[in-house]
Amino acid sequence: MDDSDLARLFRTALAGDERAYGDFLQAAAELVRGWARRRTAFGGLDPEDIVQETLLAIHVKRHTWRTDGPVAPWLYAIAKHKLVDALRRLGRQPRVDISDLEGQLAVEEAESVRDWEIDRALKTLTPGQRSVVTAISVEGRTIAEAARSLDMNETAVRVALHRGLAAIARRFGRD
Amino acid sequence: METRELIKALSADARRSRISMRAAWSSAVLAAVALAAAIFFALLGARPDIADAAQTFRFLFKFGVTVALAASAFGLANILSRPEADVRRSLPRIAIAPALLAAGVIAELAVTPPDTWSARLVGTNSLVCLTFIPLIGIGPLALLLLALRHGAPSHPGLAGAVSGLTAGGLAATFYAAHCTDDSPLFVATWYTIAIAILTLLGALGATRIARW
Repeated sequence: MDDSDLARLFRTALAGDERAYGDFLQAAAELVRGWARRRTAFGGLDPEDIVQETLLAIHVKRHTWRTDGPVAPWLYAIAKHKLVDALRRLGRQPRVDISDLEGQLAVEEAESVRDWEIDRALKTLTPGQRSVVTAISVEGRTIAEAARSLDMNETAVRVALHRGLAAIARRFGRD
Repeated sequence: METRELIKALSADARRSRISMRAAWSSAVLAAVALAAAIFFALLGARPDIADAAQTFRFLFKFGVTVALAASAFGLANILSRPEADVRRSLPRIAIAPALLAAGVIAELAVTPPDTWSARLVGTNSLVCLTFIPLIGIGPLALLLLALRHGAPSHPGLAGAVSGLTAGGLAATFYAAHCTDDSPLFVATWYTIAIAILTLLGALGATRIARW
């Protein structure tokens, strides 16, 4: 997919087409993943955290894209902003001597699931927002299905989803 | 949450359209001009001899400088509110107003006798200038910072400083209609200090509120 295809997809998405938006975000995630992997190879950062934080920033700042311009410079500028942010946070954390932890780390990595940065942000949501966001993301429900299972009306589900995602984007990486 | 799960949640939120940057900036600047005008006419008002002053080149020159500053800084703030803004290519436009003012200073030094320079520079309104330009500009600055917050500046401090220059240029344009010190020497000194205050406030404010 070249940039003009991506731009077309993004314009369709911005007009409110959910399927086009999903496809656009998928393509954006792949681009950012490759980009972030090369830049986090020697840091203590997980590139997938950068991908997710970038997707959230794309979402809440999607109106800052010039609809007649290319996508890539905008996309990578956001990714870079988020990578710099993550590196800055990492630099503030106290450093631990890795040799003390080596044995422990090997065991933990094999056993536990990955520790997602986004799940920490998810925990800070109100219970209502969290159940809506979880229903639609992890459980894969549609807005209508989520409304039925949570006994809410669809507008309330949309509002909770919108606010929940904005709050996650705000709190990502900031415990 | 896996990335593909996050994408499901984000795409389900696709329909909520957001205010465009163009709309955000144009409503911010319209409100900023209205607010600056309201504060100016409530607190100061134009000088009584404005009709005569408008016949003089020095009086009109003040507006040339302040309007050039407000317009060029506003254009730059628009650019810097987007993440992919090319700072190095867009920043030079901010030099238009300072260059104009420098030319005015040189011309003033060339046409006036040296023994009048210090009186022209000190003027009679320096404290009024230092008080009222920030006072007229602070509300407009807050409005511009709200538009900046709606954007996604890669350099929030710089974008905030440029918003401060915009508010400063706007406030100085109104203030210039009140002030009776028309020498470019006065403008280059006191207007600059007053506008620098707003620039600093803009930079500090933006690093706090325009982070994303």
